[in-house]
Amino acid sequence: MTAPLVDIRAVWHRFGQQTVLKNVSLQIEPGSYTILLGPSGSGKTTLLSILGGFVTPSEGKVFIRGEDCTSVPPAKRPTTTVFQDYALFPHMSVGSNVGFGLRMQGVDGSTRSAKAREALALVGLASAFDKKPHQLSGGQRQRVALARALVIEPAVLLLDEPLGALDLKLRRQMQDELKAIQKRVGTAFIHVTHDQEEAMALADHCVVMNDGRIEDEGPPERVYARPATRFSATFMGESTILAGTVTETKDRASTVATPVGPVCLPSALPVGPAVGLAIRPEHLVLGAAGGGVRLGTAEVSDVVFQGSFKRVLAVSVEDPSLQFIARLPATASVQPGDMVAVSCDTDQIILLTD
Amino acid sequence: MRRIVRIASWLYALAVYGFIFLPVVVLVLFSLQATSFPIPPFTGPSLRWYDAVLSDTRLTSALVNSLLVASISSLAAVTLGFLSAWGFARFVLPGSGLLRGLITLPLTVSYLIIGMGLLVLFNWAGVPKSLLAAGIGHVVINLPLCFAIIYSQMGDHQINIERAARDLGAPEWKVLLLITVPVMAPAIFAGFFLSMTFSWDEFVISFLLTRFDTTLPVEIWNLLRSGLNPKTNAVGSLVFAVSIVLVVLFELTLLRRRRA
Repeated sequence: MTAPLVDIRAVWHRFGQQTVLKNVSLQIEPGSYTILLGPSGSGKTTLLSILGGFVTPSEGKVFIRGEDCTSVPPAKRPTTTVFQDYALFPHMSVGSNVGFGLRMQGVDGSTRSAKAREALALVGLASAFDKKPHQLSGGQRQRVALARALVIEPAVLLLDEPLGALDLKLRRQMQDELKAIQKRVGTAFIHVTHDQEEAMALADHCVVMNDGRIEDEGPPERVYARPATRFSATFMGESTILAGTVTETKDRASTVATPVGPVCLPSALPVGPAVGLAIRPEHLVLGAAGGGVRLGTAEVSDVVFQGSFKRVLAVSVEDPSLQFIARLPATASVQPGDMVAVSCDTDQIILLTD
Repeated sequence: MRRIVRIASWLYALAVYGFIFLPVVVLVLFSLQATSFPIPPFTGPSLRWYDAVLSDTRLTSALVNSLLVASISSLAAVTLGFLSAWGFARFVLPGSGLLRGLITLPLTVSYLIIGMGLLVLFNWAGVPKSLLAAGIGHVVINLPLCFAIIYSQMGDHQINIERAARDLGAPEWKVLLLITVPVMAPAIFAGFFLSMTFSWDEFVISFLLTRFDTTLPVEIWNLLRSGLNPKTNAVGSLVFAVSIVLVVLFELTLLRRRRA
């Protein structure tokens, strides 16, 4: 077991009266692609600023490569940042922009331009060397910012909502390229976003943040399939959540009372506490040929055709405050107003104890 | 009816511009007078009075003094103005609003009051009346101007640019020199040229704070005391020409900024 590349230990941060980070600890492995995912105000950008050295945490420590970097200024730490607005130097050519970090290290002119060209080639912009930033499109500026940050070979590359300003198509395309570039250079990337699709597509390690805390972290497949908390079940993909209480436990199985009837779970739970049962839209079955767990009847309230599937909202008859979110094949014939039986399989139910 | 309104508005515009520019036109026209009095009829054109101005060593040395005072004081004003604007824009200072107000306050105080204040102060501090004293006076009046121009152009979008430079390993002085100053160049030049313009034809402070070596406006005033002659027109036209050049430079740098 090697030491983690980045080790954030019990970090708290306050802006005036407001506490934006509450006891955050996080470890990042070399060569990994980490995504900090969360809504605005969740503290993810503050955490990134702390890693970059632009903000010193109120409490806690940050170690990078085993060294205490908590109050080391940005210039002196082995991180570089790709800013959301790219922050290219408008008065310099693309080549000088990319070479700036090397210039600050005292690298001579010819080596500098050779390395800058190499970095630009890496991001597919070799021809832009002599251009000015304002002559480039948004996506191209993004790549220049990436090349400029990568050329000085940082231990960690920090990306602050790097795809936020791009249109959807370009965003998906840049997403694939980011991943490819990260694999090629092998640098650890830490990337902040509020887009859960981006998170699932890019992350090796996904960190879900809410209200200054880490709600859940792990490989995106695990976070999606088995979210640790209610928040992560609804933020990383959608879920229907049934509120329930554990009423009985015997033979390594428990019964949970919910508004739509008792649900049996194949695990032994302490009797008494309130729990949540989350079900992903693709696991809900609407109609007769149902799964093992009956979840009552519901009236379809909305059907949205989304190309490859239909997103269906249905209100439970047993509990009108409960709304099922289901994903049906595009060919399914379901209309608003239909009454349908709702069910799912036992092993698709995600138990939330928070 | 509509025609009458249109003609009337044209006449009005003509009157306004005539009112503004006629004195200048008359000044320049009679600087080209061939005879000894700048009154009609016009007898020129002739360059004899310009020749007279340029061979008058008192006037030419005053012209050089004016240029020196204007350029050095403007350089000082723009440097100090830039640094204070940067400080206010980038750092959280206690009482920032009040301090910013104080720095721009001299814009509202008359030059006469500033000149008198400096005269008293310099007297007390033992600084003799000189071009240096007048130059300091010009820094006092132009610093708020430079500060206001540069501060207004120093937006938040440059903060990340400076951060990026720091992030890539630039020490603070290199961030300022290689990033902030070039990015702010249009505002800095605009401040510089406007200061030059104001310093170039500033009279009251120079009059109060200089003695033997003096600036061109003060020398022109000396000349006027012995009555009007085409030489005063010629030197006035020269002053006007330099002012025009400075204002055009100011406009150009500011316009280029807007287009970018």
